[in-house]
Amino acid sequence: MAAQPNSLIATFETTADLMRAAETVRDAGYKHWDCITPFPVHGLDKAMGVARSRVPRFSLAGGITGFCTGMSMIWFMNRFDYPLVVGGKPFFSPMFAFPVSYELTILFTAFATIGGMLFLNRLPMHYHPVLKYDQIHRGLDDRFFIVIESRDPKFNLEATRALLEKAGGADITELEA
Amino acid sequence: MSHAAENSAAATAVLREVKPASLPRPLLVENGRSYGWITDKICGIIEGKTPAWWWWCFIVACFVASWTVAGITYLVSTGVGVWGHANPVNWAWDIVNFVFWIGIGHAGTLISAILCLLRQKWRTSINRAAEAMTIFAVVCAGIFPVFHVGRVWFAWFLFPIPNYNSIWQNYRSPLEWDVFAVSTYATVSVLFWYVGLVPDLAILRDRFFNAGRKVRSFIYGLFALGWRGSNRHWSNYEMAYVILAGVSTPLVLSVHTIVSFDFAVSLLPGWHTTIFPPYFVAGAVFSGFGMVLTLMLPLRVIFKLEDLITQYHIDCMCKIALATGSMVGYAYIMEFFIAWYGSNPYEGFAFINRAFGPYAWAYWIMFLCNVITPQLFWFKKLRRNLVAVWIISIFINVGMWFERFVIIVTSLARDFLPSSWGYYSPSIVEIFTFFGTFGVFSVLFLLFIRFLPIMPMAELKAVTPQADPHAHHGHGKH
Repeated sequence: MAAQPNSLIATFETTADLMRAAETVRDAGYKHWDCITPFPVHGLDKAMGVARSRVPRFSLAGGITGFCTGMSMIWFMNRFDYPLVVGGKPFFSPMFAFPVSYELTILFTAFATIGGMLFLNRLPMHYHPVLKYDQIHRGLDDRFFIVIESRDPKFNLEATRALLEKAGGADITELEA
Repeated sequence: MSHAAENSAAATAVLREVKPASLPRPLLVENGRSYGWITDKICGIIEGKTPAWWWWCFIVACFVASWTVAGITYLVSTGVGVWGHANPVNWAWDIVNFVFWIGIGHAGTLISAILCLLRQKWRTSINRAAEAMTIFAVVCAGIFPVFHVGRVWFAWFLFPIPNYNSIWQNYRSPLEWDVFAVSTYATVSVLFWYVGLVPDLAILRDRFFNAGRKVRSFIYGLFALGWRGSNRHWSNYEMAYVILAGVSTPLVLSVHTIVSFDFAVSLLPGWHTTIFPPYFVAGAVFSGFGMVLTLMLPLRVIFKLEDLITQYHIDCMCKIALATGSMVGYAYIMEFFIAWYGSNPYEGFAFINRAFGPYAWAYWIMFLCNVITPQLFWFKKLRRNLVAVWIISIFINVGMWFERFVIIVTSLARDFLPSSWGYYSPSIVEIFTFFGTFGVFSVLFLLFIRFLPIMPMAELKAVTPQADPHAHHGHGKH
């Protein structure tokens, strides 16, 4: 048996063509496939059947952690570890601890959001079969690609190629692992 | 379904009756430029040979930046007394410059965060450069308070790091809030900027690779994190970007609010006012747009970016400057009103003294630059005269520096006891240190325009007409 390619990649010229092709591939029941686009195409998530991003969960966790860190840090420092008398004010009050906790909420949310995004996207990943395609730079410039991976249970070299052709894909190429 | 059909039939009937005028949205990318043109245009700036003007500007900027280095070196080796501060004016140019530079940064975050949430698509061509401006402005701002502490090698005492005195920071002080606000602001601005850069760095990685420049390709590729334009990635990326915009919005509003608390929480007449937080934020955005215009108009000419920064973009920026400038003018007048209405003789004196006392010259420069000149932006003809817009933007920068000077110095120079009144003048060290920061800023900005894409290519492509996948089947709703 000849070596199975890692994936098949097809090229599209416009966002409208890509959108229709994505709907075709989605409806054919593929799971391990992707679109390569130079910019986020409006509505493509729906056409691909991609679920809503889970990044907000990370953000929320980060924000709560940040706020609690701020409050407990200030309580620990100004009330518990070294109670400091300043102007007869209370050692701890959520009022004066608020601005710093607020800033830490934002700081931790930002880190968690970016960390969550990178984790969900499995980045950094400097090696990927798609990056070896000699036309891949066009996918960041002005072309649109659809990649169907061979690990998809529905993948069949001839049938998948025919599907991409039917969907209007040009330059259908096999990618090595 | 039938319901929807009925509604749309009714809507068509109404439209036939009222005959609405067609108001085409202004194009954000003119002359029908293609995706490829945008990539070539922005990447071409980085890939091309370093232009001679860049080297001249860079050398001059380095020379000017050396003034700050020299001033700071002299200060550290001698003592903070080389600045002109003395009782009663213990905060002067250093804090003026700090607030001035931090304020400039605010436009960058406003453009990248607030305008993103408000779906103002015109932000796309200016947001990258404006965010870079933010970061470099915060760098310049940070210099002043850090060296004003005197013994700069103890500046880390500002942060909650255990030290041999075993005493922690005092979190009741707005100055400590400021430490957290400004450092969070700097960090989040850098993160936001970097996340926006990732897809563009991937383009540069591939282009340098194809051009056979492997070292550059490797460096850009390292920071591009292996970005490959996958739509599954874009989905998370866009979500992360909008959340970052969402958290940067309260952040940018809080930073200048907390900076204003440094003053408003004190008891000094002229500082102790509740109008300060919104007034400072409006002023910060105003000064930032002044600086954005100062920077973007020359860039547009030098790199021939007229198709990407259109007259519509410039109109929008001018209008925001007009709106925030008017808010600032309103705040100036309202401060006077409250000083009179509050019947506090000290407060009243502080404001009369501002406008007619020994620093009246500074007050009227401020008033002229910040309240009168932006009103010229009401006129379309003037907004279309780019030389005039550029000159007005310089006036805004100058005026906003004087605003901080007026607030800080006039209030301190005439405090409660006439026996301790004074008149502050800057020392030569302060003057050179401050003007040198323009060099520091320029050096960083020149490096930015030489090595990084000055506009977000992916975002620009997304706002072109051909990016809309539904464009082919009419302009119906989806």
